[in-house]
Amino acid sequence: MSASVLYDVPGPRARRRNLLYSVVGGAALLGLLVFVVMRLYSQGQFESYMWDLFEYNGIRQRLLDGLVSTLLAFSMAAVLSLVLGALLAAGRLSDHRPVRWVCTAVVEFFRAMPLLIMIFALYLSVFTGTPLWALVIGLTLYNGSVQAEVIRAGINSVPKGQAEAAYALGMRKTQVMLTVLVPQAVRAMLPTIISQLVVTLKDTSLGYVITYEELLYAGGVIMRNTVTEGGNPYVPVVIVVGTVYVLMCLALSYLATWIEKRGRRSRKGTPPAAPDASAPTPGAVPPQMAPEAALEAPRKS
Amino acid sequence: MNVLLDHFSLFRDGFLGTLSLTAVSAVIALVLGALVAACRVSPVPPLRAFGTMWVTLLRNTPLTLLFLVAIFVVPQVFFPGLSYYTLSVWALGCYTSAFVCEALRSGINTVPVGQAEAARSLGMTFGQTLRLIVLPQAGRTVVPPMSSILIALTKNTSLAGAFNVFELFGAQKTLSELGYSIVVIFGWIALAYLIITLTLSGLFRLLENRLAVAR
Amino acid sequence: MSPMKFRKTAAATFAVLALTATAACGGKEGTPSSNAKPSNSSGETPELPTYKVASGVDLEGSDTFDRIKKNGKVTIGVKNDQPYLGFEDPNTGERSGFDIEIAKMIAADLGLSADKITYKTIDSKNRETAISQGQVDYYVGTYTINDERKKKISFAGPYYIAGQSLLVRKDDDSIKSEEDLKGKKVCSISGSTPLMNIQKGNYGAEIVALDKYTDCVKQLTDGQVDAVTTDDAILKGYAAQQPKVLKVVGEPFSDEPYGVGLPKNDKVFQEALLDALQNHMDNGDWKKAYDATLGLSGSPADEPPALERN
Repeated sequence: MSASVLYDVPGPRARRRNLLYSVVGGAALLGLLVFVVMRLYSQGQFESYMWDLFEYNGIRQRLLDGLVSTLLAFSMAAVLSLVLGALLAAGRLSDHRPVRWVCTAVVEFFRAMPLLIMIFALYLSVFTGTPLWALVIGLTLYNGSVQAEVIRAGINSVPKGQAEAAYALGMRKTQVMLTVLVPQAVRAMLPTIISQLVVTLKDTSLGYVITYEELLYAGGVIMRNTVTEGGNPYVPVVIVVGTVYVLMCLALSYLATWIEKRGRRSRKGTPPAAPDASAPTPGAVPPQMAPEAALEAPRKS
Repeated sequence: MNVLLDHFSLFRDGFLGTLSLTAVSAVIALVLGALVAACRVSPVPPLRAFGTMWVTLLRNTPLTLLFLVAIFVVPQVFFPGLSYYTLSVWALGCYTSAFVCEALRSGINTVPVGQAEAARSLGMTFGQTLRLIVLPQAGRTVVPPMSSILIALTKNTSLAGAFNVFELFGAQKTLSELGYSIVVIFGWIALAYLIITLTLSGLFRLLENRLAVAR
Repeated sequence: MSPMKFRKTAAATFAVLALTATAACGGKEGTPSSNAKPSNSSGETPELPTYKVASGVDLEGSDTFDRIKKNGKVTIGVKNDQPYLGFEDPNTGERSGFDIEIAKMIAADLGLSADKITYKTIDSKNRETAISQGQVDYYVGTYTINDERKKKISFAGPYYIAGQSLLVRKDDDSIKSEEDLKGKKVCSISGSTPLMNIQKGNYGAEIVALDKYTDCVKQLTDGQVDAVTTDDAILKGYAAQQPKVLKVVGEPFSDEPYGVGLPKNDKVFQEALLDALQNHMDNGDWKKAYDATLGLSGSPADEPPALERN
């Protein structure tokens, strides 16, 4: 932590005070951790019979199958939602008013609907026998609408001069879009797009409600249908399944940070011709939304 | 069309359930989020580490899993006897607090360092700097993401419907169990959610405009 | 700790974890549950019956049977979370329970051995759709025969008469019947008939509605609720699974005749299923199957019910 808005570089007295806070805070946190662990321990959650189940081939296979189903649903939903997002974004930027209206209505509607309710309704009405499709279509409609907004914001954030220059060179609208605006928008918005993909990944767990056998459903069957000496192994299964989800999401977010860094580097490599047309550093994002804030905003389910 | 009229009390209870879940867990999320954000920007390393861990864990765990923990693990291991409503509200509040924290933190980070330095060189205390210089500026950047966080929270409350808390998803399930067409039910439920989310985003737009004028 | 470093460590951990998960070698077989070898009150383990597979079966004019013959296997809809009734072992994937035995004895009389059976887990709310769309050939899973359902599908049965009852903790003597529920927390599945019965009965109970009976039972053992109510067959299964902790109390206060669900208007198939049920009720298989499954709860079997022929 070098310079911060909130405080100066601490002097000797502040440093001493911070050290005291560190010790007190550290002790409090340690105490909390010890409390949690002791509680779990005294309930017998760390006994070997509670964790034994992960040594069984069938359990491992079931978790692995669940993971594969989760990834399958995720990859289908990711591709479809990006396609839908691109289409809806194009629709919202269209010159034809009716197209614009329809796309706006679609985006606003699906963004306002709880995914769970949508998936449940799709499952009961259209995709009765195929929970995978109910899940994928539900995820696609919701995340597609969010991605559409992200892409649109990205395109709008490209400095106006870019499009004007392209038109002045005699390019048509499609050409301007595809060769000038979209490449710049995608680069600016890629971190946000990927963090929305993290949301998509997390939301595949809603398949649990409609009996799609993804990771959380597999975990549910395992913890409900196993009775050990200490009862159902809820805690071990939750810890293992939760860890897998956290790691998957972290891996995806790591990809986002990595791409963001790479993007910044390559931008430095090719200095823009007109100083006016190139916004300051991460500046493709409007000042209202600092890069991090822009990243946070749609990053929710 | 008479689903609504025949079961108006069911819809009303569901609507009120969703509203109260949203309101209570929003308060928890805002308070917890502010606390965790304070931890994350504090000069005390253990607190910073705690804040980072809180955010990383909660933001990357599916809410469904968090609900399973709240409903089945917390009463067994830690606090027996809590009601399902309390447990659900805490699950929602903790989950959302991670997002609130990040919005607040990045809001603070967008305030140029020079602003605070200038304030300090004028002899302002830490409290004055925070109250008069940093937070008013941070607040403006925080409003738009906060609006989408609260709307997301509204939608997430539907998960509580699976755990003995009656709200709109519960109403949908009960009605479909009673044999009404899912398409019609979905229409009315969708309308109820639209009312809540559109009101919320309208309120936030007002707030945004209010703050924007002051600029 | 820099976030970058943390993430790298996390990615590495993930890779290791994934590898461990795939490395199936050295893993255990069998079931991780502690009560793998159950016994009844006299301490012996009752044997499951074996069924003689019929040969040369042909059902003229049954679309369902034609489909089974074409596929060379039968797909049976079942439940997977009801111990000793319709249960799936999480490790081996093996199905067990009274409903599964009924499914097997019918399949045997249709000329299909156990290895020609595919089980499919179907949720209560999707049963009619799954049967009428042909996702399953027939369905055995605590399926109460009623007129509403008969509009969409047909039944063969009843093969068991269940009734609503109560499951309580073994050390809890305050609840003996539904009359003692005043001020108690009672758990059941949201929107289900047993839940509505309790609500209508005005017993003064506080209702808790969850998504699965197993969740209710877990809440019962954790002390979050005082009783679980639904068909006694389901409750007996849980009592048999955890005989030291749980017991079923009270006389059944409703009639729930369980039937095998099959596609509507396939009269030939319906007759064949009824014959199969009758056959196994008469030769003692039904009783044996009951003793080895639900009988472990300590409640003895009644006489098999009379089948409904039309």
